[in-house]
Amino acid sequence: MIGFITKRLGLSVLTLLLVSIIVFAVSQVLPGDVGRTILGPYATSDQVAQLNHSLGLDRPLPVRYLDYMWGFLHGDWGKSYLLQEPVTGLVLGHLGDSLLLGGFALVIAVPISLGFGVLAALRRDKFTDRAISVTGLSLIALPEFVAGTVLLVVFGVSLKWFPVSSSVPLPDVVDVFRQFMLPAIPLMFVLFGYISRMARAGTVDVLESAYVRTAVLKGLKPGRVIGKHVLRNSLLPAITVVSAQVGYAVGGLVVVEKLFNYPGIGQLIYTSATGHDLPVLEAAVLVIAVIYTVANLCADLLYGVLNPRIRLAAA
Amino acid sequence: MTTTLEQPTLAVRNLDISYRRGSRVSPVVRDVSFTIRPGEAYGLVGESGCGKTTVAMSIMRYLPDNAIVSDGSGITFSGEDALSAGKGTLRQWRGGRIAMVYQNPGASLNPSMRIGAQVAEGIRVHSGLSSAECTEKALEMLAKVRIPDPAACARRYPHELSGGQQQRVMIAMALSGNPDLLVLDEPTTGLDATVEAEVLELIKQLREEFHTAVLFISHNLGIVAQICDRVGVLYAGRLVEEAPADVLFAAPRHPYTRDLLRSVPRHGVTKSAGMLATIPGSLPAPGTALTGCPYAARCELATDRCHIETPAAESHGTDHTVSCFHHDRTRAVSEVERFSETERTTAEVLLEVRNLTKRYRTGGHEFTAVSDVSFDLHRGEVFGLVGESGSGKSTIAKCIAGMIHPSEGTLQFEDITLSKRPGRAERTMRRKIQMVFQNPDNALNPRHPVRRILGRAVSLLNDRLRGRGREDRVEELTSSVRLEPRHLDVRPGALSGGLKQRVAIARAFAGAPSLVLCDEPVSALDVSVQAAILNLLVELQVAQDVAYLFISHDMSVVRYLADRIGVLYLGQLVEIGTADAVFQPPHHPYTEALLSAAPDLDPDEARQRIRLDGTYPSASAPPSGCRFHTRCPRALGDVCRTQEPPWQDTGKGNRYRCHIAPEDLLRRIKSE
Amino acid sequence: MTSTETMAAPATGQAAPRPASTAAKARRREIVRGLLRSPTFLIGAVILLFWVVDAIFWHAFAPHDPQQIFLQTLQGPSGVHLFGTDNLGRDVFSRLLAGASPVLTIAPAATALGLLGGVVLGLFTGYYRGVLDDVAMRIVDAVLAFPLVIIAVLVLTVLGSGELPVILLIAVTFVPGVARTVRAAVLTQRELEYVAAAKLAGASGPKIMFTEILPNVTGPIIVEGTVRLGYAIFTSATLSFLTLGIQQPSPDWGLTISLGQVYLQVAPWIVLFPALALATLVVAVNLVADGFQRVLDA
Repeated sequence: MIGFITKRLGLSVLTLLLVSIIVFAVSQVLPGDVGRTILGPYATSDQVAQLNHSLGLDRPLPVRYLDYMWGFLHGDWGKSYLLQEPVTGLVLGHLGDSLLLGGFALVIAVPISLGFGVLAALRRDKFTDRAISVTGLSLIALPEFVAGTVLLVVFGVSLKWFPVSSSVPLPDVVDVFRQFMLPAIPLMFVLFGYISRMARAGTVDVLESAYVRTAVLKGLKPGRVIGKHVLRNSLLPAITVVSAQVGYAVGGLVVVEKLFNYPGIGQLIYTSATGHDLPVLEAAVLVIAVIYTVANLCADLLYGVLNPRIRLAAA
Repeated sequence: MTTTLEQPTLAVRNLDISYRRGSRVSPVVRDVSFTIRPGEAYGLVGESGCGKTTVAMSIMRYLPDNAIVSDGSGITFSGEDALSAGKGTLRQWRGGRIAMVYQNPGASLNPSMRIGAQVAEGIRVHSGLSSAECTEKALEMLAKVRIPDPAACARRYPHELSGGQQQRVMIAMALSGNPDLLVLDEPTTGLDATVEAEVLELIKQLREEFHTAVLFISHNLGIVAQICDRVGVLYAGRLVEEAPADVLFAAPRHPYTRDLLRSVPRHGVTKSAGMLATIPGSLPAPGTALTGCPYAARCELATDRCHIETPAAESHGTDHTVSCFHHDRTRAVSEVERFSETERTTAEVLLEVRNLTKRYRTGGHEFTAVSDVSFDLHRGEVFGLVGESGSGKSTIAKCIAGMIHPSEGTLQFEDITLSKRPGRAERTMRRKIQMVFQNPDNALNPRHPVRRILGRAVSLLNDRLRGRGREDRVEELTSSVRLEPRHLDVRPGALSGGLKQRVAIARAFAGAPSLVLCDEPVSALDVSVQAAILNLLVELQVAQDVAYLFISHDMSVVRYLADRIGVLYLGQLVEIGTADAVFQPPHHPYTEALLSAAPDLDPDEARQRIRLDGTYPSASAPPSGCRFHTRCPRALGDVCRTQEPPWQDTGKGNRYRCHIAPEDLLRRIKSE
Repeated sequence: MTSTETMAAPATGQAAPRPASTAAKARRREIVRGLLRSPTFLIGAVILLFWVVDAIFWHAFAPHDPQQIFLQTLQGPSGVHLFGTDNLGRDVFSRLLAGASPVLTIAPAATALGLLGGVVLGLFTGYYRGVLDDVAMRIVDAVLAFPLVIIAVLVLTVLGSGELPVILLIAVTFVPGVARTVRAAVLTQRELEYVAAAKLAGASGPKIMFTEILPNVTGPIIVEGTVRLGYAIFTSATLSFLTLGIQQPSPDWGLTISLGQVYLQVAPWIVLFPALALATLVVAVNLVADGFQRVLDA
């Protein structure tokens, strides 16, 4: 188990390192002359060189990378080109609001998806199963902005049940649902598609397994067979699937927040992308990578704790 | 719920089961009837696809949704109708009055639940005892199946137990409800020979203790002969013969039973005694529509009537029924054909294996699959390599074939030393080493027709032979393995297992091999087609003057085929010598155990059986001293534990690695 | 909650017989028959076919030039303008019909490129192993699972947007995933004895890879291809919506929705119809992919 934990931990650190290098390379190396980009084509080359120097862009790349990472780890994420504000507060502020929206979607979508996935497996090849599967399959395919647009037109514009642009809700259940429901649904659609599908596949495998046959032929009641023998083994792999979906949910946030004008990190990424505000974009992407990696790590560890094969493996 | 003594525990009447696949309905069990009396052990034997597991599952009422049990069928359990039993009744029966043990115990246990809880769970449902009492009873049951430390075992998860122990747990679980009927579906298939012997011994003992009626399902005639009182023989979903075990094996009346019994190499029979009797053709694919006797197509006694009319079951004396029009003529024993020649052994060394060691490293653990193995293989001989799974026999073959590279040691083939990065000359030389694999399904590329498979081998192995020459050689090969030209234009998927193995053999002979490595070449095949393949292998070997390294776990097959034998235990060669010498005492205690573990078809022949205790040790931590000491029934004590045993030469043609000298060993065996 | 049938036995063919002949032709016929029997596959295929035909021949169907500007802007659906006009006075219906073309160019091109790269890489890594061991693969997994949209936003911001960058970006991000699938299939195949037999006969590595193994891994490749096509449409549409992909004045659906969002309250038809069109297209592709997966896995 200790071996397992260190291995996963090492893997996470390695992943983050790799992502940070990629992000750094893309945002610092690929754009070429940053000074020129900022100052425009009419600036003199001296001005450009001076700006590059003041931004520290004339130092060797590894130094710049280490310097950047040092700053990042100490909470100094640079300054926004567009807003002239420290990036740290900007990103973390938006991140908090996004986590609210994303968390809302996850909390509702995960149990529903798992439930329907298991139900589909239990009703395998019957109408219920086909209905759930085809629904999931269709929802998986829907880009968030497509579902969001239709929802907006129907529930925002025509029926006027929900506002067409969402803001951070008041600490009140009704307002939370009012502000979050429409933007969360497109995210939940995609989550439902993936998670219910995995839960169904896992449960079908277990239902076909020889040990479930053993349990049934022991004379156990269906409820006990499902509770004791099926769910535990079939939902275990779902943990990792759910955590991987956290990443997709974050990707979806960019789209949904633009569509619904919600001031989260997705919106921030979008505006800084269209405004070429690289420090903000870079920091936001890295923060998302951290969240994503930590979520996966937690899921892996949870999986290890719940799976006796891993828990009991010699270190 | 009244059970009278006269009433059979299980009565199956005219059972007909088909599977629905799309619009097709394929029958798999046809008009099967049999009864099992209280306390009786009934064996159901048949080859793959004969419907034996479907029969078992129908008794448990656990058939897939697409199974159709026809209206005329009847299954009564102690007089009560099982086919119409309600859900509640079924739950009471399952695990209570009928219990089942399956093939592959590892998959049959819940991986995320402790052993104790799994055993106790069943007891809880059927006994109404308190939770603590159930735990107590579970430990008691684990002790009953001779699990050394029940309390420790109960705390374990399935993956922490060996295959043999897992099956003991399954048996404990099945017996915990004190059932009237125990259904055992291939309970030892997939287990190693010595473990299999242990489990069978346990089943025998428990039968006496529990007086449970047993339905024993197996493809292995020897095991059924050993365990059962009465035996039913299934062929293509029909019960063709039923008789008391001794009668059936001594005087079979159905041609299929007779042919099957004759085609299995008997204990101690060798190729010099003649060819094995073969059964022409192959099993009908499960679910094919059949008219007349299902065996008619392969039966030498078949007449026109057999192809049209289905023979009804006829009684012969007490308890012997047979479904055949010509069973009176079955007893005639046909002439045994002899090979033109069986011995081409020379003293010339073809392959010299010296100090071969292969270590693997997985996840930080190192284990030695093969450890310091040395032997010579002579030109034109059959060298048998026996051992259980994990003994390293396939690893040795792979090293010789160059598929993996030895960690230490040398391989000298003809006049060159095989190297890791072979040059041109060595690559040409290596073509003389070919291989026949265990599973013919995987050994042939399913996407290529047979002609292309053989053609490619012919051209690669004969210096890019093309055109007419290549075609001729392909046809020559085809006829030498008794394939028909029409087989050349189909893909392997359209061929039966036996035919596929013939293609694989033809491919191995496409060049001019001087050594063919046969890795369990018949163990994946149905019993009724094995004999023909073995005969073919002998014929080709003599005709082409080829040496075989013949790997097998089946002692009778090795005895039949091999001129010399090496016995492997845990990666070490523990005995080597001529086949005659190895099969006779004095020999290594492990060889003795393997020989006595082999199920035998002649129940009358009283053989002294020795049993091994303990489990097969892990190759990553082999026992000190003599590797076999943890399980050896003849271990002397400390010397075996601490010192590596020396080689002992019996002077009769075999050497073995043991602390006990040949004379002492012989004396000990005789004294028993 | 549970049916008794489920508890009686899983509906499998475990003990059920398989058809005797698995010859390739029969197999192919079985696959086609299996596809034709699936109503969801058929629905998907018909819709997909509709959009493909439209993408190629939209000139013949569109009543107006999609770029033509009429005087009436933001006009609701009428006889002249079936789906109304947009903020510049262009015919929404004509733009809708023309809008299938960009997405059905970008997505298949990106998928094909990604598939090609992935298959070759997967064959090599799977066959020779060692090059990318398990740890490396796990890292690739982790990086891969990182939200594609976020990576795309970053890269396209830096490199500039447009049709070609989007194609290349999607293709590149597909390569490791496809390679992983192919590699897994190759890993099982290379352990089968027919590969060992080919080696014993002296066949070369690339020859074994392409003539022995490749024909046996086409199933997973087809499934991967169809699933990826859906994903490529999803991604390219999303990037268009984020105005990082194809640029104005293209009638591309994602872009149209993005630009029309401002007029949501006054002229919802500008965004609603492209959204519905896109929805039918992506769902159709997924239904088709699912059909292949079911039939090829069976």
